[in-house]
Amino acid sequence: MSIRTVDAVMAEQRAASFKTRSIKSSAKKAGLLLALSMLDLTTLEGKDSPEKVRALCQKAVTPDPVRPDLPKAAAVCVYPALIRTARETLESLGDTHVKVAAVATGFPSGQYPLSVRIRDTELAIADGADEIDMVISRGSFLAGRYDEVAEEIREVKAVCNASSSLGGREHVHLKVILETGELETYDNARRASDLAIEALLQDGGDGPAGTGFIKTSTGKVQPAATMPVTLVMLEAIRDAYLATGKMVGMKPAGGIRTAKESLHYLVMVKETLGDAWLSPDWFRFGASTLMNDIVRQIQWLESGKYAARYDVTEA
Amino acid sequence: MPTSDGDSPRVSNGSAANAIAVREPSRISPAPASASAASSHALEFASAWDYAPAPESTKVDIAMRYGLFIDGAFTEPQADKPTKSSPAAKRDLYFKTINPATEQALSEIASAGARDVDRAVQAARKAQPKWAALKPTERAKYLFRIARRVQERARELAILETLDGGKPIRESRDIDIPLVAQHFFYHAGWADKLAYAFPGASPKPLGVCGQIIPWNFPLLMAAWKIAPALACGNTVVLKPAETTSLTALRLAEILQEIDLPPGVVNIITGAGDTGAAIVEHPGIDKIAFTGSTDVGKRIAKAVAGTQKRLTLELGGKSPHIIFEDASIDQAVEGIIQGIFFNQGHVCCAGSRLLVQESVLDEVKHKLLVRMASIRVGDPMDKNTDLGAINSHAQLKRIEGYIDAGCNEGAELNVAGTLGKAPPKRSALASAPASGGTGVPPVSGSLSTSNPFPDSTGYWCRPCLFAGVQPSHIIAREEIFGPVVAMMSFRTPEEALARANNTPYGLAAGVWTDKGSKIFEIAKKLEAGVVWLNTYNRFDPASPFGGFKESGFGREGGMQGLQAYVRV
Repeated sequence: MSIRTVDAVMAEQRAASFKTRSIKSSAKKAGLLLALSMLDLTTLEGKDSPEKVRALCQKAVTPDPVRPDLPKAAAVCVYPALIRTARETLESLGDTHVKVAAVATGFPSGQYPLSVRIRDTELAIADGADEIDMVISRGSFLAGRYDEVAEEIREVKAVCNASSSLGGREHVHLKVILETGELETYDNARRASDLAIEALLQDGGDGPAGTGFIKTSTGKVQPAATMPVTLVMLEAIRDAYLATGKMVGMKPAGGIRTAKESLHYLVMVKETLGDAWLSPDWFRFGASTLMNDIVRQIQWLESGKYAARYDVTEA
Repeated sequence: MPTSDGDSPRVSNGSAANAIAVREPSRISPAPASASAASSHALEFASAWDYAPAPESTKVDIAMRYGLFIDGAFTEPQADKPTKSSPAAKRDLYFKTINPATEQALSEIASAGARDVDRAVQAARKAQPKWAALKPTERAKYLFRIARRVQERARELAILETLDGGKPIRESRDIDIPLVAQHFFYHAGWADKLAYAFPGASPKPLGVCGQIIPWNFPLLMAAWKIAPALACGNTVVLKPAETTSLTALRLAEILQEIDLPPGVVNIITGAGDTGAAIVEHPGIDKIAFTGSTDVGKRIAKAVAGTQKRLTLELGGKSPHIIFEDASIDQAVEGIIQGIFFNQGHVCCAGSRLLVQESVLDEVKHKLLVRMASIRVGDPMDKNTDLGAINSHAQLKRIEGYIDAGCNEGAELNVAGTLGKAPPKRSALASAPASGGTGVPPVSGSLSTSNPFPDSTGYWCRPCLFAGVQPSHIIAREEIFGPVVAMMSFRTPEEALARANNTPYGLAAGVWTDKGSKIFEIAKKLEAGVVWLNTYNRFDPASPFGGFKESGFGREGGMQGLQAYVRV
């Protein structure tokens, strides 16, 4: 694998250029609906309660109670202890669309023996997770032990591929969190992306759409998702696609709070990877407060009035 | 695919590149991960989630007719006196300026004759001693006022620049006009600090400066010329290019608004004859010209043997060198900025692309992918990246070069995401009083470079020539359009030899992640501006100017002041 470097100045300049696109009227509405459908509605706190997760699931299924026609979120993203709650809530709501994504592999630090992290994944799958958001071992990566990182991704992927034998859901998807805030440089973000993509595609990459994602951040480290780092990761995905024809998904997470920002990201995806990635199968936002801003923006587009914060339901 | 008359057999076909080249926005994207998408590995940019039209709809007042700005007031042009050489010379006193995206006339512009030039020079001469004697901080105040007023009227100026010149509103709004204000701010700062720029000397103004500017950055070039001249205590007779006079005339209004003393800046419009009259006028102390090398040489001859000082900023065929150890994705972005910025109407455009052989295929492939996402169309749409070609004559010139490239055996690739087609030419012809200027319609069977061959306006898609040899016309001559000529090299030595193998020497770009290589190469490049891991970045504090046939003298920065003082 050749090592690709990133020129920080130009990468940032390019990322900023997407923000100057003018997204108006019909394009704005279509973009907001698309962003809504790409949301991994997330709660990842030590104080998360079953009640909070039940509210989150309800919110994912009905982003706006007065607008049942709005797209549902793509997934709810929770800690392993709350997978069952999420699963049961979604079942009781009769919903089969919203997926349950669980962080695993010793989230958020990954500072555990690999055996523990694998077991964490197995239990999450057995509890009913549709998607696993794993963290890489930044320690190994920064120490230059790249093979170790690739190996842990391959092993977790193997667990996901074998989900049925664990009594879990079929075709469990895997998102690999690079935690770019800790990798610091764009060069590292690119190298980690290339490495993760290669590991994800090692099994042939022939699973259903979206079985493999790379993801920026846990949300626990600053900076989390930024446009330049997302661009660098999108470019890695594009290069892999141009070389092999295999698609890998992308999930920026952490720090994307406004509808406007989500449109900037979609512009970047559209102009970097093209139309095929403009789908929840291939692009997700990991966010907790973004949904309500999108809901309010849609209301504004339709009624010309801004809803007050208390007019939209909390998750 | 646009109609082709079969005269361009060199257009590549069957390759992945061509799949990009001929893609039309109306084509439906294959479903994600469908067999066809995966097998060709092509990326689609034009079908899903297209941006809705985002026209800049602010109305800007444009007068039916503009006079000449002489001695602080707009005046009518005067008919020439009959002379022996041209008895009873009768000439049109006004000419039309058109919007190159619609071919509709925007206004009528005065054509200055020799008597008008003389009036302007007299006014400038009369105003100069008082202007030079003004306290430097007072001169600075005027420049600051101009800068602030430009900022306040930025949107109007940007719209006018785009209407008259065809450049995308995105660029006039985000680059041209902000830089105009910066240039006035920057030089306002110098006005009272000239002694520090020339330590040990006492810089004196030159007198009256005749300044002739091109059509590619109309107002920005006016700012580059006027700001340092005024800061140094000179007065000015400025002539904008005949296709793009409107923003300079709007600047004249701003000069009135801020009460600049009459005669300090005179803006006279017209074509080449007007420029020649300025160059030949004996009352002028300095000529500053930006434009083509041909005209520059004629000016140099005309000025030779006179007291006039001269600075020339002429053409270029700037090399853009991509080494294998560059950050390729960003280098591709740099190439895009280097050649497609302002439709390639940039004297320092990176039009000769030199790519190290080991990354040639990768760079070409990525460049074509990136070019496919460039949005070509209405310059007034805020999402347009590549607007209209400035004039019919320029479009013809560009197309002539594209034909030459194909005929000499280079491989043409055209790309771009097309915006909505402008109105059909036939529809316009049937509409009476269209205000057209009698320019013959562009033929409908051009090479594939014209995305809207049946429509009004002058258009050219982003074009990449691969397999170019250094002897090809497209590798030697300035095209001044969105056409890049790609060549390869093996060693740094060869890159340098090829880069310097040109009569021009305006700018160059180098992409490598290796710091030592950057300095090694930059030192040996014969170019006035060398951009390292970037391209087409401008700043008032950074001097700009050329080597060899790209001219002499510097503009901007402390070095730029030298052209406007006697020390």
